[in-house]
Amino acid sequence: MSHHLIVRVVSKLLIPFILLFALYVQFHGDFGPGGGFQAGVIFASAFILYALVFGLDNARRVLPEWVTRAGIALGVLIYGGTGVVGILLGHNYLDYSPLGSTAPLGQHIGISVIEFGVGMTVASVMATIFLAFAGRNRDLFDLEE
Amino acid sequence: MAATIYFVVRLHNLLAVVMLGGIYSLLAATMFVVLDAVDVAFTEAAVGAGISTVLMLGALSMTTSVEKTDARSTLLPLLFVVLAGFALIYGTLDMPHYGDPIAPIHQHVAPTYLADSLAKTSVPNVVTAVLASYRGYDTLGEVVVIFTAGVGVVLLIGRGRRRPGRKRDGE
Repeated sequence: MSHHLIVRVVSKLLIPFILLFALYVQFHGDFGPGGGFQAGVIFASAFILYALVFGLDNARRVLPEWVTRAGIALGVLIYGGTGVVGILLGHNYLDYSPLGSTAPLGQHIGISVIEFGVGMTVASVMATIFLAFAGRNRDLFDLEE
Repeated sequence: MAATIYFVVRLHNLLAVVMLGGIYSLLAATMFVVLDAVDVAFTEAAVGAGISTVLMLGALSMTTSVEKTDARSTLLPLLFVVLAGFALIYGTLDMPHYGDPIAPIHQHVAPTYLADSLAKTSVPNVVTAVLASYRGYDTLGEVVVIFTAGVGVVLLIGRGRRRPGRKRDGE
């Protein structure tokens, strides 16, 4: 699809804003609608748009496969690890109260951290699944080498 | 939405069916907005209408895009579907009306969440507070489900790319 000039220019313009919107949804999820799941999906969709327009090899150069595969596990680790930190500080598993100076602040920090883990796992899984499907049949996906 | 479903059932071109699925998700998202469930609508629009349509297209490109016709009679399955539909509708007759303040769901834990979640978690969005703190175990389970899906896809088809010249037989 790289010879479509308009598509290339428009997606180049759009991708930064999609990524910014994903970050906004991720970190504003405590205050408005949104959170890790939605942010991860939006982040992955920016990457998928890039891969569709500029080709798989360029996309792999931007985000190598080992990064997304590590991200899958790292997100779950961040989530589970936050729970373990709660145990180590003398509370129940996934009780975020001891993470801050006061219990509500600790809850807020814990929620932000685990939402970040959720977002990382979701974005990595979506990107990985897309790369796995697209990598199998490039010609059908109209992706040049 | 009913028209979308009708065409999803009737059409044999799977490409059109996937597109109609995306449209259905978008309509469902608008319905959730009308019901004031903004977070659910957001997820439905992003996941249902966005990503899953792309992934379905990816899966479709690995198979054919035309559904095979089945010569067998569809009368018996239709009968079962209609019966199950009537049973479900009959079941909804006992449910409380939408927005009924004395419905059990509004009496159980929801008032506690609405009243206490800001003071206890200092997170203004109650949905996020319930999702990540009160129901932290459930959300961890959801993340693990997504993790498992990703690992499964990587194990099944993630490595086909590494041997581009080799002929893949036995598939």
